[in-house]
Amino acid sequence: MDTKSLNAQDYIDLVKAYVETQDEKTLYDAEQIAKSFIKNNILPEEIVNLHIQALLEIYPDLKDDIQASMKFLLEAMIMYGLAHQEYQQLREKQLEIKSEILVAARMQQMLLQSDIPKTEALDIGVISVPANQMNGDYHHFVKGKDGSIGIAIADIIGKGIPAALSMSMIKYAMDSFPENLMSTDTILASLNRVVERNVDPSMFITMFYAQYKPNTGKLYYSSAGHEPGFYYNSHSNNFEELEAKGLVLGVNPDTTYMQYELKLEKDDSIILLTDGVTECRREEQFIEREEVLEVIKHYIHLPAQEAVNQVYRHFERLQNFQLRDDFTLVILKKIV
Amino acid sequence: MNSQCFVTSIHKEWDIVAARQMGRELAKKIGFGTVDQARITTAISELARNIYLYASKGQIKFEVIESLEQKGIKVVAEDSGPGIEDLSQVMEDGFSTSGGLGAGLPGVRRLMDEFDIISEIGKGTIINTIKWVR
Repeated sequence: MDTKSLNAQDYIDLVKAYVETQDEKTLYDAEQIAKSFIKNNILPEEIVNLHIQALLEIYPDLKDDIQASMKFLLEAMIMYGLAHQEYQQLREKQLEIKSEILVAARMQQMLLQSDIPKTEALDIGVISVPANQMNGDYHHFVKGKDGSIGIAIADIIGKGIPAALSMSMIKYAMDSFPENLMSTDTILASLNRVVERNVDPSMFITMFYAQYKPNTGKLYYSSAGHEPGFYYNSHSNNFEELEAKGLVLGVNPDTTYMQYELKLEKDDSIILLTDGVTECRREEQFIEREEVLEVIKHYIHLPAQEAVNQVYRHFERLQNFQLRDDFTLVILKKIV
Repeated sequence: MNSQCFVTSIHKEWDIVAARQMGRELAKKIGFGTVDQARITTAISELARNIYLYASKGQIKFEVIESLEQKGIKVVAEDSGPGIEDLSQVMEDGFSTSGGLGAGLPGVRRLMDEFDIISEIGKGTIINTIKWVR
């Protein structure tokens, strides 16, 4: 049945037909006509009215009391009609908001985009996927004139739009830092002051800042309360946690940070992540950190970008393709 | 344009029913169909209920509007209650309905063809609505 040509008379005819045949085909037609009514914003009270007309055509001497009962139904349907219109309006509004957020998310992506620097010393892979449209995780690469590579990975406690907005501030603060070989602890201390001054006290940012210097073959790093990363020792085929102490950004303007260092050998890797990775859930159960490492270990022999993609795919499937938290994973592999 | 005017005052819940009755009969006389009669009555009911609940005293005025081109009913709700502070909020969808309070003023606006509201804090509220015969 062509749903476009349906009208009031069709409904009346269908009721007539059904009263006679009581077959499934007519009920199927009723389903189709209902769809076309919904499409054309026909309200429930109008359908009840149609039904009254149909009854009067089928039973010309329809008893008054039955007619009255139908009128009663019509009255009761008015409120449903109103509720229906309201839902429709709200749905339109929701679509509007959604598309507005989409624009904001694209803009965020553009603003915060940080390309992987080209370097002969490291193979770098990164994946960052927001749970919703806006990403509250952040990563940033800096390449120094001396060939050093800086990597920041951060997570805002809190999700969604406010988190995303704060991220832009962090990026511009970092962009404004002088490039002359700042150490990881001074970078965090400076960012801490920026965040403390500019962000709502209820909002905290954790960050892990790492810097690899090819001339020493060492990784320098500091942490502001961030999820610890891992060091993968290719020789022993083992993971070690990158322990680093430090208060989250934005709590106290005078916080200072420690810088740690680690010598990397060829084929060693560094894994940086946010809690969206370690707090993946299988149904309602958090997975163990060891399980995360096992998955990473499984893919660590791959080129870095492929490895992070595979790890993400693994956890995406584990969580039924619905991330609960923003997911960011960076792998650096020393290749020379 | 000539017009007839009817007024009914609202201060007991029972007065809501009287206002509905008066409006429905008038709507029928003017020539509205069953569905529109029910819509107009529901709008009157909401307006009268608002007076009863929030202003405790006020009136509903009915007017038959008849010109060469069209015919309609004008329903005016007037009260000397506390007034509405945030009109945008009460006109927002979901503000009253979600709490089960009924169709609210957005509902009245949907049920009628024309809708206008003036409210002054401490003085009262006037709501003008019109529905035209189709």
